[in-house]
Amino acid sequence: MSSDSSRRRWLKYSAAVGGLLTGCTPNTNQPPGQEEDVVNLLGRVVSKYGERSPDQKITRLPGTNKHLEASSSLTPLAQTMGIITPSALHFERHHAGIPTLQEAGYELLLHGLVAEPLTFTLNDLRSFPSASQINFVECSGNSGREWSAKVSADVQTGFGLASCSEWTGVKLSSLLQEAGLKPAGKWVIAEGADACRMHRSIPIDKALKDILVAYGQNGEALRPEQGYPLRLIVPGWEGNVCVKWLRQLKVTAEPLASREETSKYTDMMPNGKARQYTFDMEAKSVITAPSGGQRILKRGYVEITGLAWTGKGRIDAVEITTDSGKSWQRAKLQEPRLANAFTRFRFDWMWDGLATQIASRAVDETGYVQPSRDSLLAVRGANSHYHFNGIKVWQVGAEGSVTHVEA
Amino acid sequence: MWKHSLLILILLPMLMQAQRRLEIGHRAAEKVIAQQDKFITPEGKGLPAGKGTAIEGKLVFERRCSRCHGQKAEGADDAALAGGIGSLGKPKELRTVGSYWPHAPGIWDYVNRAMPFKDPGSLAPDQVYAVVAYILNLNGLWDETAELNAAELSKIQMPNKNGFIKDARPDVNRNR
Ligand code: HEC
Repeated sequence: MSSDSSRRRWLKYSAAVGGLLTGCTPNTNQPPGQEEDVVNLLGRVVSKYGERSPDQKITRLPGTNKHLEASSSLTPLAQTMGIITPSALHFERHHAGIPTLQEAGYELLLHGLVAEPLTFTLNDLRSFPSASQINFVECSGNSGREWSAKVSADVQTGFGLASCSEWTGVKLSSLLQEAGLKPAGKWVIAEGADACRMHRSIPIDKALKDILVAYGQNGEALRPEQGYPLRLIVPGWEGNVCVKWLRQLKVTAEPLASREETSKYTDMMPNGKARQYTFDMEAKSVITAPSGGQRILKRGYVEITGLAWTGKGRIDAVEITTDSGKSWQRAKLQEPRLANAFTRFRFDWMWDGLATQIASRAVDETGYVQPSRDSLLAVRGANSHYHFNGIKVWQVGAEGSVTHVEA
Repeated sequence: MWKHSLLILILLPMLMQAQRRLEIGHRAAEKVIAQQDKFITPEGKGLPAGKGTAIEGKLVFERRCSRCHGQKAEGADDAALAGGIGSLGKPKELRTVGSYWPHAPGIWDYVNRAMPFKDPGSLAPDQVYAVVAYILNLNGLWDETAELNAAELSKIQMPNKNGFIKDARPDVNRNR
């Protein structure tokens, strides 16, 4: 056997294994030329800013509503790997489009109940002690359709309003200290520079604890759709408070109870009263492979994998059922398990080729156990729209199909 | 002597804390603050001068709003702004400005900062007062001919003013 042909065979073999490992049907459309041995062809020259391989096609899934400026696009979580979401695939949710902003001339205003109101340029902010932290951001409307009987058919549509990045910036507490927070200051109102000047009120305890005024994401400046040049990262809290295009911080004694804190981002209970300032994202998980829309190719070994996260610190355990909920076993958790970040879990499964249901449930460091959909609905009814974190069940068919389970 | 240095050792961190400033950033000019701080409290603090009636507001609404929100704000491609009062928690729940929003100054604030959707900030304060008067009128909360201004708007009692409660999570227990 010539070394060339064995190399070629190795390439084909690893492509096939790669397909199997994703748990879904491998893309059999080899790009043209792949059959040829490309190993000895001189490749392309170096470049300034990298692009992914043209045969890699995963994308965000944009909404289908009329105004795509007040819409969202969903991360393909079943196809991303590890815990970091590539910046270009981080989900979007905007209320008035993505503003075109430049670093030059951009200033953040900090005022209200402080000793000295201050403005900061981007250079000013970068000269404070800096910090990086890996945090998920999840829209509280993520999985919203799971409240209805018509649950989502796949991971992207059901869970794609969550992503995880390494964020870099300055602690909000450093800015408040610099301006001299007054004791009467109990809330911080954060406002963006988008067309509707989207803003939220944030309790001062959280502002002093772990909020980041971020200018960096995954090693470079924020993407425009992620708030360039500046946004808040509020670890473990609903995405809407992570105000993008951050331009103004005002310290106040009271919250504003403005539109995004009353008409939206409030959770309607069965008695007609709505919970307000529901910031925490509670523990949640989903099996991303095998998952809805994928296919298991053959019986025998199947790696079950997925993501778990909690806004209350670290994930302590993820349990898997492969027998429709009769028994639960612990999955392996990828280290490091970081607070308020995605945790990747894996579970070795020998599939016997019979129809069954599989699901994951997360346990966080507070001891909280991810609830079933039924127990969530029993307490909150079907109309609270936000903060769905129920267990997601996938149906595996005897022929290897994976589908959602309608309630 | 060493008593003194001990004192300094103890006091130094405290002194540094009191000092605390890194001297980064610039003092914000009053003008910059006034330009940006347009927040309006639930009590109506921050509402600018201006006035308008529902009759005037109807004209604004039909020209600038109805194509997205419906002729009588009943909802079209975008949200209904009228109706649904008393429907919260019922099977045919309809959340609108009238049925769901807890305070009236917030309507002025939102319309002023975010609407019309494609051209926010294009309405003069009088037009905002007028169109808010019209939305309130469609909800049976404001008289057709009465003049709405900051003081009047702040006095309006919205039907759902007591409709919001505190977060009570974690509320769903273990389910093993
Ligand atoms: C081009 C379509 C369009 C026009 C014209 C328009 N709106 Fe809107 N309106 C929207 C959209 C879209 C939203 C939701 C924005 C979001 O997602 O945050 C909205 C939201 C609102 C809301 C909040 C509804 C709620 O319950 O949260 C109010 C109030 C409102 N509009 C009033 C107006 C008024 C008053 C006008 C005219 C001055 C107007 N709109 C013109 C599209 C429009």
